[in-house]
Amino acid sequence: MHNKSVAELSRELESGKISSVELAQQFLDRLKLEDGKYNSFITISEEQAMVEAKAADDMRAAGKATAWTGIPFAHKDIFCTNGVRTTCGSKMLENFVPPYDATVTEKFKQAGAVCLGKTNMDEFAMGSSTESSYFGATTNPWGASSAVNRVPGGSSGGSAAAVAARLVPAATGTDTGGSIRQPAALCGITGLKPTYGRVSRYGMIAFASSLDQGGAMTRTAEDAALMLNVMAGFDPKDSTCIDREVPDYTATLNEPLKGLKIGLPKEYFSEQLSPAMEQQVRSAVREYEKLGATVKEVSLPNAKLAIAAYYVIAPAEASANLSRFDGVRYGYRCEDPKDLMDMYTRTRAEGFGNEVKRRILVGSYALSAGYFDAYYLKAQKVRRLIQQDFITAFKEVDVLMSPVSPSPAFVQGEKNTDPVSMYLEDVFTIAINLAGIPAMSVPAGFVDGLPVGLQIIGDYFSEARLLNAAHQFQQVTDWHQREPQ
Amino acid sequence: MQWDIVIGLEIHVQLATKTKIFSGSSTAFGAEPNTQANAIDLAMPGTLPVPNEQAFRYAVMFGLATNAEIGRRSMFERKNYFYPDLPKGYQTTQLAQPIVGPGHVDIDLADGSTKRVRIHHAHLEEDAGKSLHEDYHGMTGIDLNRAGTPLIEVVTEPDMSTAEEAVVFAKKLHSLVTSLGICDGDMSQGSMRFDVNISLKPKGSDTLGTRTETKNLNSFRFMEQAIAHEVERQMDILEDGGTITQETRLYNGDRDESRSMRSKEEANDYRYFPCPDLLPVDIDDAFIEDARARLPELPDARKARFKEQYGLNDYDAGVLSGDARLAAFFEETLAHGKDAKLAANWIQGEFSARLNAEEKSVAESPISGAQLGALVTRIADNTVSSAGAKKVFEALWSGDNDNVDAIIDANGLKQVSDTGALEAMVEEVLAGMPDQVTQYQNEEDPKKRKKMLGGFMGPLMKASKGQGNPKLFNEILVRKLGG
Repeated sequence: MHNKSVAELSRELESGKISSVELAQQFLDRLKLEDGKYNSFITISEEQAMVEAKAADDMRAAGKATAWTGIPFAHKDIFCTNGVRTTCGSKMLENFVPPYDATVTEKFKQAGAVCLGKTNMDEFAMGSSTESSYFGATTNPWGASSAVNRVPGGSSGGSAAAVAARLVPAATGTDTGGSIRQPAALCGITGLKPTYGRVSRYGMIAFASSLDQGGAMTRTAEDAALMLNVMAGFDPKDSTCIDREVPDYTATLNEPLKGLKIGLPKEYFSEQLSPAMEQQVRSAVREYEKLGATVKEVSLPNAKLAIAAYYVIAPAEASANLSRFDGVRYGYRCEDPKDLMDMYTRTRAEGFGNEVKRRILVGSYALSAGYFDAYYLKAQKVRRLIQQDFITAFKEVDVLMSPVSPSPAFVQGEKNTDPVSMYLEDVFTIAINLAGIPAMSVPAGFVDGLPVGLQIIGDYFSEARLLNAAHQFQQVTDWHQREPQ
Repeated sequence: MQWDIVIGLEIHVQLATKTKIFSGSSTAFGAEPNTQANAIDLAMPGTLPVPNEQAFRYAVMFGLATNAEIGRRSMFERKNYFYPDLPKGYQTTQLAQPIVGPGHVDIDLADGSTKRVRIHHAHLEEDAGKSLHEDYHGMTGIDLNRAGTPLIEVVTEPDMSTAEEAVVFAKKLHSLVTSLGICDGDMSQGSMRFDVNISLKPKGSDTLGTRTETKNLNSFRFMEQAIAHEVERQMDILEDGGTITQETRLYNGDRDESRSMRSKEEANDYRYFPCPDLLPVDIDDAFIEDARARLPELPDARKARFKEQYGLNDYDAGVLSGDARLAAFFEETLAHGKDAKLAANWIQGEFSARLNAEEKSVAESPISGAQLGALVTRIADNTVSSAGAKKVFEALWSGDNDNVDAIIDANGLKQVSDTGALEAMVEEVLAGMPDQVTQYQNEEDPKKRKKMLGGFMGPLMKASKGQGNPKLFNEILVRKLGG
C-alpha cells in the first residue's frame, strides 16, 4: 500500500478492500519502523490518527466519504493542530500544544483525512536544508550512504523526505522563498506552491507574512490537484486570503498540451546552473515540445535582484512576527529570570537557533531609523519590478520553465556554516514568492543518482494549468515513480 | 521674563464597539482578567487579525464631526516594542496613512471668545492589555481583556496656550465623542486618556521651545493640575538659565508630582513598517455618506437649539448641551415639565450636586427625567414650595416612592394657596405683633422695609405648618401693611 498514490488509496478505500483503520495502522507501523533513518517526523500522533481513522470509517459508512476520507498524510509542523504539539522546528515551541486548528488542518479534518503526525522543518521555516531544526536534521532518502548523508532541502524537508521515502503519500508544506519546491526537487517528488492568497494562512505559523503560502507535496501531480482541492479557498479569518471560486483541479488534468506556449527565462539558465542540471531541464522541456508545446526564450531582467530584495523583506517581516515569542504567555521561558529584561533576552537567546537570530537581526536592522528607506523601501520597489517582469512575460507565454535549484541534494554540513551559499539555493525560486504567483516542482531526471526538479511557473491563479502541464508530463515520463533505495 | 505656553494634546479614545478591532472578543469593561482574550488577542502562533468594520465607521464619524478630511486609503503599520501586556510584540496602528486627516474643533472660552484648535490627524489602533503590579508578591500580573480594544488617537496641533484652553478642548472632545456615541466617555475606566505636550517660549517668539510629554492623564482635573505643574517646572528651569530635556513624564495627581519616564535618547526605535497581515482599506463615498447619515445632533448645534427652542442663556445652554446624556435627561425633564429655566436650574443644581456627591453618572441616576419633570410641573403650578420640592426630590432619590404627587400628598407638602385662609392667618399674626407693624409702617427706606417683611414670614410659615404659599403670603402682607 505504501507505494500507492492518494488517488489509488482513495480507490482502495472506496472499494472496501481495506478500512481506514487498517490503512492507518499499516502506515503508522511502517513510519515507526523506517523514520529512524530519515528523522522526517518531529511528532507521530498515533492516538489521534487512530481516532481520525475510525471517524473516517464511520464517515464512509454514513455515505459521506470524500476523496480524502481515510487517506493517511502528514502536516508540516508549522500548521497548528488542536491538541497535537506544534513546534515549528524550534525549542521555543518544543512543548506548545495549540488549542486551535489552522484552517488548512481543519479542512483536511472535514475531508476525513488521517494525519499521522508532524514533519520536520528548518526552525521557523528559515533554511534550505532542514538542518536548522531543533529536533535534528532530516536525511534525504536519496543518495544516503554509510559515508555521507544528504540534505532533503528545506524548509519543508521533513515532508519531502517522508513522501519520497513512502512514509506518507502526501504532506503539506509551506513556501516562503522556495521551501516547497526546492525540497520537492531534491527529494524527487512533486511540489506545488499556490498563488499567494489561494490558501489560508490562519494557524500557519508566520515567517514572512507577505510571502508565506501553504501548498502540496505529493508524488504525482494528480495528488497535488487533490490536495489543492482541499486546501484552497477563501477564509474570513485571513484578511490576505482571496475570495475567488475554487475549481476542481482534477477536472483539467487531462487537457492536451498542444499549443501550450512555454517561456524559458534566460536569466535562469545562467552560469549558476551546472551543465548536467541544465541538460536535464532542457530535455524535460523537449518532452513538452513532443506533446505539442512551443518554446521561446524570455527575459526577467530584474530576477538577479530577487535574493537581495527577499533577504530584506522576509527578515523584516520575520523580525516582527517572531516578537510574540517572549516567554510571557506560552512557549519556552528561561529558568529563574531575575527581571523582565533578563526574561526577554535569555528566553530568546536560549529559545531561538542561530539562523533565526541572524534573520531577526538582519530584519531589525533593515527597519531601523535611518536604514528603512535604503533597505526596506528599496526592496519593496525591487519587488514591484520583479512582479512586473512576470506580468510582462505572461503576456507572451502561458508558463515559464526553469530549474528549481542550482544543484542536486548536497551533503549535510556542507553549506550550513555559510549562510550566503545556503541563501543561493533559492536563486530560482525566490522571485516567484516576491511576485506572489504559483509554481510547481516536478521530477525531471537525475544527476549523479540524485533527483532533479523542473520548475513550472504560472500566472496568478493558474494552478489548474500548472497541474495539467505537470500531469501530462508525468503521463510520458516516470521520474516521479522512481523510488530511493 | 514673560513666557508663551504652547500646548498640544494626544487623546486616546476607546471606541464603543462590541468587539475588538481585530478579533471577535468582547470589549466590555470589568470582566474577570483574561476572560475576554481569545487566541488572536493572546497572539497565539499562526493567528491573524481581521479588521472590525464598525471601528472604521466610528473613526469616519469622528472625522466628519471634526470637519476633517477622511483618508481614502487607510493602512495599518506595526509599531515594534516589547512589553508584557503587548502580546504580539508590536502594536498595530497607523502612521503614514491614517483614517482621519487634518480637521478642527472650535471651543468657547470663559471670556466669551471662540478659539479654533486644529487637529493634525486621528488614527485607528489597538489598545494594549494591562500590567497589574499589585497583589502578585513582587511579580506582575497580565490582563489581556483590554488588548485589542479599538482606539482612535487624536493628535492636535500645538494650538492651546493655557491649561484652561486645554481643559475646555478636552471637555469639548469628550462631549463630541459621547454625543456621537462612539465612546462611552468613562474616564475612570480609561475610555479617554490624555497625553499633554508642553513647551515654553519667550513671549512673542516664533521659535518653539523643547517640549515634554506628560502621559496618561485620565481626568480633567489631573490634566489641569499636570499642565500647571509642568509649566511651573519648565519656567523654573528656564528662568534659572537651564534647558528643558525632551522627555516623557508621568504625573502623580494624588501628590502633584511628576517624574521622568524616558528621555528622547532612551526612546524606542519603533521600526514601523506596513502590516503584511492587513491589506490597505479603501474608504469609498458610500461608506462616508452612510457614516454621515448616522451622525446625531452635535454639541454645537444642540447648544444653539437649546437657546433658540427653550430660551436658555448661553451658559445654561452650554452646560446642558455638552454632555449627550445630560442633554437627553434635560429634554426628557422638559417633556414632563414645561418650565425650561426651572428645569435647567434643578438639573444644574440639586441633581448635579447629588450625582457628584455620590460619584454617579447621569445614566446611574435613580431619578428619571420624567420624574424630575413632574416635580418641575408641581413647582411651577405652586403645588409645592421650593423647600417642599427638595423633600420630594429626596424621596425620589432614595427610592422610597417614585410618584411625585403621591409623595406630596403623603408628606403633606401641598402648599396652601387658598387666599381666604392665608389672609386670615396674616391678620392673626399681624394682630399678635403690633410693635413690629408700627415699626414697619414708620420705616421709609424700602430696602429696610423689605428686610423687615421677612420678620413676619417665620411666624406665618409656622402658623401654616410650613404649607402656606410664601409668594402669596408676601403679596397679602404688603397689601395689609400698606405699601
